[in-house]
Amino acid sequence: MTMNHEETSRQAQSAWGARFLEYRLMWRALRRDRLAVISLAIILVFVLAAVFAPSLAPYPDQALGKANLSEKLDPPSATHLLGTDDLGRDVLSRILYGSRPSLSIGIFVVGLAMIIGTPLGAIAGYAGGWLDQVIMRITDIFLSFPALLLAIAISAALGASFFNAMLSITLTWWPWYTRLARAQAVSLKEQTFIEASRAIGVPGFTIIRRHIIPNVLTPALVQATMDIGSAVLMGSALSFVGLGVQLPRADWGNMLNVARLYFSDGPWFAIFPGLAILLIAMCFNLLGDGVRDVLDPQSRRTG
Amino acid sequence: MAKAEYIIRRLLLAFLVLVGVSIITFVIARMVPSDPVALYVGPRAKPEAREAARVKLGLDRPLHQQYLRYMGEVLSGDFGISVRSRRPIIDDLKVFLPATLELVLLSMIFTLVIGIPLGVLSAAFKDTWVDHFSRIFAVINVSMPVFWLALLLQLLFVRQLDLLPVGGRISRDIAILSPIEPVTGFYLVDTALAGNWSAFRDALRHLILPSIALASYAIGLSIRMTRATMVEVLQQKYITAAWAAGLTRRTVYFKLALKNAIVPTLMVLSLSFVWQVSGAMLVEIVFLWPGLGTYLVNAILTIDFPIVVSVALIVTVFYVFSNLFVDVLQAVIDPRVSLE
Amino acid sequence: MDQPLVIVRDLRLQFRTYAGIVHALNGIDLEIYEQDMLGLVGETGCGKSMTGLSILGLVPRGGEIVSGSIRFRGEDLLTKPESYMQQVRGARIAMVFQDPATSLNPLFTVGQQLETVMQRHHPAAKNEMRDRALELLKVVELPDPARILDTYPHELSGGMKQRASIAIALSCGADLLIADEPTTDLDVTVQAQILDLLRRLRETQGIAILMITHDLSVVAETCQRVAVLYAGQVVESGPVDDVLFEAKHPYTRALLKASPKRSSRGQPLQAIPGTVPSGLQPLEGCSFAPRCPHAMEVCSQPPPRASVAPAHAVYCFLYTDAEGT
Repeated sequence: MTMNHEETSRQAQSAWGARFLEYRLMWRALRRDRLAVISLAIILVFVLAAVFAPSLAPYPDQALGKANLSEKLDPPSATHLLGTDDLGRDVLSRILYGSRPSLSIGIFVVGLAMIIGTPLGAIAGYAGGWLDQVIMRITDIFLSFPALLLAIAISAALGASFFNAMLSITLTWWPWYTRLARAQAVSLKEQTFIEASRAIGVPGFTIIRRHIIPNVLTPALVQATMDIGSAVLMGSALSFVGLGVQLPRADWGNMLNVARLYFSDGPWFAIFPGLAILLIAMCFNLLGDGVRDVLDPQSRRTG
Repeated sequence: MAKAEYIIRRLLLAFLVLVGVSIITFVIARMVPSDPVALYVGPRAKPEAREAARVKLGLDRPLHQQYLRYMGEVLSGDFGISVRSRRPIIDDLKVFLPATLELVLLSMIFTLVIGIPLGVLSAAFKDTWVDHFSRIFAVINVSMPVFWLALLLQLLFVRQLDLLPVGGRISRDIAILSPIEPVTGFYLVDTALAGNWSAFRDALRHLILPSIALASYAIGLSIRMTRATMVEVLQQKYITAAWAAGLTRRTVYFKLALKNAIVPTLMVLSLSFVWQVSGAMLVEIVFLWPGLGTYLVNAILTIDFPIVVSVALIVTVFYVFSNLFVDVLQAVIDPRVSLE
Repeated sequence: MDQPLVIVRDLRLQFRTYAGIVHALNGIDLEIYEQDMLGLVGETGCGKSMTGLSILGLVPRGGEIVSGSIRFRGEDLLTKPESYMQQVRGARIAMVFQDPATSLNPLFTVGQQLETVMQRHHPAAKNEMRDRALELLKVVELPDPARILDTYPHELSGGMKQRASIAIALSCGADLLIADEPTTDLDVTVQAQILDLLRRLRETQGIAILMITHDLSVVAETCQRVAVLYAGQVVESGPVDDVLFEAKHPYTRALLKASPKRSSRGQPLQAIPGTVPSGLQPLEGCSFAPRCPHAMEVCSQPPPRASVAPAHAVYCFLYTDAEGT
């Protein structure tokens, strides 16, 4: 049976097609996991809240920083559902506006880390040899640093801002995806269809693009879903230390930083932003659990 | 012997990694966009004083020489001088490092004692209320911002119930009336050694809240990890064979299955050890704990980069060694590990 | 024949799955005598492993024994609490499994695994147990037992691993050994050795063996009696020679005809048309009827047990016209 380049291309193209079919089946299986579905719903609510914050917030100007000193540290009431902060600003509005940097740091960091790390790992795993060694040594070194510490150090060096915080956290995150992708690529490399493609002369990069990456994507996506929660946590930690979004712009982390000083007088100021972080992180973790269970054939068994 | 070979290779790798780490730390610290000389001598210094400062700080040499000089000093115990306070960093480290370590070690003990057994029980009683409670507890712990938990604990135990002190390592009265002789820098150890029980109790009261807050993430992580690995192990045929031999539940879960599940759990613990060292930073801020974290954060905000480099280096060294420890432990426990 | 060691009557086992209720066992009747060698033979999925696990009370999660009895020395094990069963397992009834590579714990030496089991049922001083362990390894004919005590499973060959598993199973003086496909994953030559060993052990150790297998030749070589299983039911049972040479049940006959050893050169293998039922439909009548060339109207009723010879029983309507029992 002779195979030509056309046939292999078609078969390879169906690798992506096969991926999409697989994703549809996964979605159907995921729907059965109630916790995952609820988590996804809550996440969507948060995302919508972030997008439509200006319309939803009862006091948008206070959310952006306008002080209201006469109502300093008021407990939750009819006019201020979650109370006011140290400058009398409405906590609810600031939480709504704060969801923007807090959520986006999580999503962008993980997205970027995946985009940078996965192809790098796929190349390392597939190419092998010195390229593999070099990439993996660099990865190992980055992974030797405690992530939070590294992020704080880089962020401080670059200057405190939202963008720099995002950059520094991404720099600590990408190695995980490289490692993951490399492991997958190494095991895929041995499979016959790859050897066949190589034998008929398909160039390395095409093989990586058409065969390796789609197969590597699935575990990466599972990891990414869970990671978004952790990235949000790390982002808020950076803001808490003063290295993220700067006041008067609202961010869940920097709200807690200020709240720390006032918590005996205004505990609500400390409780609610933290609760928001907890809720988002929990939902991403539960969603990630659900996605991982769906992909793990063992848990589809009975019992 | 394949195993010894493996261990030696891991040691060499760790050493290489340490070198790489020190270089990167050094480079990052140098990236700081500010003038350490100006910070050192003040804005109104004369050019000669500035030049002298440059030489003293070694900034006139090319970068790689600066690095080598720095590493030489570090290895002989000299971590340089704080740009702000002019004090030798090593003196500060002697106080702050044990403070953080004591916190982290206590929190690791909590993790081992609470996290692992809960994970085992969760897997053993899979899908019962024990399992559900454990899993919810674990997810909450893993998703909680640690500084928020610290604040909540303070709110509850300090403000509302007035049971525990608000911060610091030791109360002022104790510090005056029964001062602690610094031997190791670990207050619990030093007070026990001296028989200073009132100070011991006081130190413990100060330690409890911060270490619980710090332990939360690691506890959640170990419950999840242990449960997942145990569930997988419990499905193995050798566990069925153990049941078929009439072995008791305690033997099967805690002697047989746990040994097979322990390695991934230990890996998670080592990862969380590092996390706890960085998380300690956040907890220290809330509890006004005079440790490495507060030291580092202040240094960062005041751009005192010799301190930043030193602390980053030390913490990372701990990380590398704890990873190494787990790898070696795995080689010891699992007879199948030899070449990888 | 004296009182059977084990009497299984009308054992029915169901599993709850996403797809519905699976009827794994549909009324198993068995007798195992002292020092007996009973072969339990059938295709994959007919329930033979589940029968073995049921006797030990080790039915996997999701499974429920809905009716029947399993009497061991007169006591119905199904009515006993877990604590009682923990005493029975290992000490009275033991089991060896199919793949010794996965049924031995990879992180413990053979000696440690032996000791753990012995410590459980017959605790003694360290050196006493070590001596007993050495004895056991000699009994299963392992060379250099002292060295083997301190080796890990992955350092042993397949045959040696299985011998070690047998040693562990016999370590506490069990009366019945359930062997679930003990030779299926081994090389052919090793297979013969292990079967030989099991045969010898039956005499020297005075144990009964329930040999679960899909391979008729194994049954022919080693067993005294055999029970043929189909879709969770015993269809025929009796002395090996009777059942194999004068098979009565259509399924047994078809099985024998399909065996490569029985076929003649150049002739196509006689497969049995149709497929094994999935177990999702509750059983009505004879489970083999859909594939049976002699199926009759009355086969939609559960077939009664018919004695075609002393100790040779068939569950088939073809043999009930004579007396009805």
